[in-house]
Amino acid sequence: MPNATLIALILLLPLAGFVLLGLFGRKYFRNSAGLIATLLLFAAAAIALYTAYEYFFVYGRTGGVYQKFYPLQFTWLEFSKGLSIDMGLLIDPISVMMLVIVTFVSLMVHIYSLGYMKGETRFSTYYAFLGLFTFSMLGLVVSSNIFQMYIFWELVGVSSFLLIGYYYDKPSAVAACKKAFIVTRFADLGFLIGILVLSYCSGSLDFATLTERLTSPGTMAYGNALSYSFLGVSAITWGTALVFIGGAGKSAMFPLHIWLPDAMEGPTPVSALIHAATMVVAGVYLVARLFPVFALTTPRVLELVVWVGVVSAVIAALIACTQTDIKRVLAYSTMSQIGFMMFALGNAGYGGAQGMGFTASLFHLTTHAMFKALLFLGAGTLIHFVHSNEIRDMGGLRKQLPITHLTFLVACLAIAGIPPFAGFFSKEEILFSLYSRNRLVYWIALFTSGLTAFYMFRLYFRIFWNKPPTRKDSHGHPEGGLAMTAPLILLALGSAGAGFIPFGSLVSTDGKAIESSISPLFSLAPVALGLTGIVLAGWLYRIQNDRPARLASSFKGFYRACYHKFYIDEVYLFITKKVIFNAIGRPAAWFDRNVADGLVNFTGSAALVISEKIKKIQSGRVQQYALYFLTGLLILAAFFIYVFVSQAGISDK
Amino acid sequence: MTQPGLYHILLISAVLFFTGVYGFLTRRNLITMLMSIELILNSVNLNFIAFNKYLWPEAMDGLFFVLFIIAIAAAEAAVAIAIIINLYRSHHSIDVEQAEDLKY
Amino acid sequence: MMNGSTILFYLLAAFTMASALLSVSTRQIFRAAIYLLFTLIGIAGIYFWLSYEFIAAVQIVVYVGGIVVLIIFSIFLTQQTGEKLPSQRLDRKIFAALAAFCGFALTMLQVYKHAFGPSRQEVPSPDVRRIGQAMMGVGQGGYALPFEIISMLLLAAMIGCIVIALRIKPSKS
Repeated sequence: MPNATLIALILLLPLAGFVLLGLFGRKYFRNSAGLIATLLLFAAAAIALYTAYEYFFVYGRTGGVYQKFYPLQFTWLEFSKGLSIDMGLLIDPISVMMLVIVTFVSLMVHIYSLGYMKGETRFSTYYAFLGLFTFSMLGLVVSSNIFQMYIFWELVGVSSFLLIGYYYDKPSAVAACKKAFIVTRFADLGFLIGILVLSYCSGSLDFATLTERLTSPGTMAYGNALSYSFLGVSAITWGTALVFIGGAGKSAMFPLHIWLPDAMEGPTPVSALIHAATMVVAGVYLVARLFPVFALTTPRVLELVVWVGVVSAVIAALIACTQTDIKRVLAYSTMSQIGFMMFALGNAGYGGAQGMGFTASLFHLTTHAMFKALLFLGAGTLIHFVHSNEIRDMGGLRKQLPITHLTFLVACLAIAGIPPFAGFFSKEEILFSLYSRNRLVYWIALFTSGLTAFYMFRLYFRIFWNKPPTRKDSHGHPEGGLAMTAPLILLALGSAGAGFIPFGSLVSTDGKAIESSISPLFSLAPVALGLTGIVLAGWLYRIQNDRPARLASSFKGFYRACYHKFYIDEVYLFITKKVIFNAIGRPAAWFDRNVADGLVNFTGSAALVISEKIKKIQSGRVQQYALYFLTGLLILAAFFIYVFVSQAGISDK
Repeated sequence: MTQPGLYHILLISAVLFFTGVYGFLTRRNLITMLMSIELILNSVNLNFIAFNKYLWPEAMDGLFFVLFIIAIAAAEAAVAIAIIINLYRSHHSIDVEQAEDLKY
Repeated sequence: MMNGSTILFYLLAAFTMASALLSVSTRQIFRAAIYLLFTLIGIAGIYFWLSYEFIAAVQIVVYVGGIVVLIIFSIFLTQQTGEKLPSQRLDRKIFAALAAFCGFALTMLQVYKHAFGPSRQEVPSPDVRRIGQAMMGVGQGGYALPFEIISMLLLAAMIGCIVIALRIKPSKS
């Protein structure tokens, strides 16, 4: 059985780091903050790894099926007998898997930041925020209850807001963190309504009860959920669709992806944390957590998931080919890869081999966490070295930054899906699951994975080749010492080796192991396409030439549209600035300024005018006061004598 | 004209009292206001004596009240004059219309 | 049926009330003080008429000999002897007169409506011996305690007067 204390400890160690550093960090741990946080997270990661080992190989499986465990469960808020909000820990294959990924990547980021963030004035605050972020993500992962998950979901939003806006004296960072917060908030509204719909239909907030009631035909909740309808769509479909909108917001799916590229304003390790393992995969995790409901009750919503994923993956890949800011390219590649996970997930069915896509999606999540964290941390080293985000300012860096170069190459090969690196296996599984179930999406995915290889190697060649090495001035450690290189090497090992995890036997829709078969014949097409992409990128960017410019000018309109991110930001601006501001904002502002403020000002000025008038009563003249006093006294006396006394029947004579 | 009695004295007392009130309300000089207050006090004294005399002649409470009131009036007059003189020092006037610093 | 006593009372009453009215209406402060003096003497006369000689004596000693002198003294101190008193605004005067008259009417109405007990004239007024004994008495009907309290009050008033009227020296700094 799982040990509740140990699992709680995984959560509580980062939280302890946050509390300790947040409260006392600036005063007492100005220099040791990083070390403390790293050690705490190291402990958490070790416990998570131990838990995973115990779960997968010791007690988790009974009769070939991985069981769900609730090591801790207590009622937090009780509204009525039937409805209560519980808090608890849920241990099942996907949550254990996520625990390991989150703690591992977070640990890497912690270590890396020791070097990267050295000398920052708010060093301890940074680590406090990292602790809060890790804690909320871990809490989200092990939530046993959809409402508890929502709480941690919002905590993730807040802490990412804090981290993106870490350089709060930079206006662009402030704008970016606000944008991220507002966009995800907007999506979270959908999530919240979805929670309410689902819990209303099922009468429970608990994942287990909710899933059970909403997936077994014949129960009353199931019948109700299907019979209520709004706009011709059943309540349960609305519920899951709204929950998916929440997930799409956090996972930066089209059209709610606009915050992700801007979120690059945060410190680079933060980008690694947000884009690799944590925040952006929360949406995928959410869909995976509620997967039985999606798959068994509302397959139409899964179709929505598929197409949102497809559109996001293609659009992001196209945009990534044209961007010149290294972190933006990586951000769009993240969006594209999450799109992969989404459509793989959406394409899966429940149970057995049908659930291949589910397994593949979470497998891709794992491998993506490895190589994307590696890419971002590598980008951090590059930016540290050249003091610029633009790939134009880089070039020919392979001699100066050998470790970064090699690890970056590993990550690029992994993401491009070249065997035997991790990305190959997970991508193969995704493609394989698509091939049998949805041929159209298969072809699109194939094309997108080719694009992935192209834009990643475009980045690689532009940074490490292209120009002859010019810079000779290396100041001490060009790669930032062991703290910055060790995570790169560890993650590179992960990116290279994660593919060999027998993922199909560990994670599946119904807990039973499934066969993950990769035939060399099937792999031929994707690998060939990936290699083509790499060769094309090499031909264009390996040495300085005018081919890219010519290519860009021959696809002039399309290139410009990609470069400007398909004008999605502009569409948003048009809708918010022109439509919403003019139609709602301005009238509301007018109403506020003239009616609401007018009312307030009127009370103010009325009080002023009246007091100006009546202040003359307070003339300071004693006799006037005495006169008023006497008049009042006489009136009162007359009143008492002639009204009260006569009424009371007190007669004199 | 009838035999003077309690009502006559009460009438005198009331006249004195409200004359004093009128004086207090209309006089602008602080010393004359003080005089008006003395009138009011005297009318009260007259009341006490009248009641004592006509209603409870064997008692002496009214009489002692008058004695104490006279004593207190003396003290009050002394304090009032001290205040007036102080005011005169600071404002160079004892007109109440001038002493209106404590206004809005 | 008029006898000397009655005539004396009406004369005293008229004198007192006329002096009081003049005292509050004259425009010259010194005259106002003198009319006040007359009023107080008139009241003392009424006390005599009521055969409360002790109170009449106290009235003359304390009021006429003390308070009025004090007032005249302060008039001299504030150097206001010659000039006429400033007149109050007419509307204030009318309002004050109206208020005073209404109050007077109200009071007198109540006084005449009320039936007081029978007046007993046969008991003689208390003489000085009785007054003195009662004032110093500590038993039933004794006033020793209020007397002591009044003496304390007078002392406090005296010290207070000194403190208030003391010229504050300008601070040296």
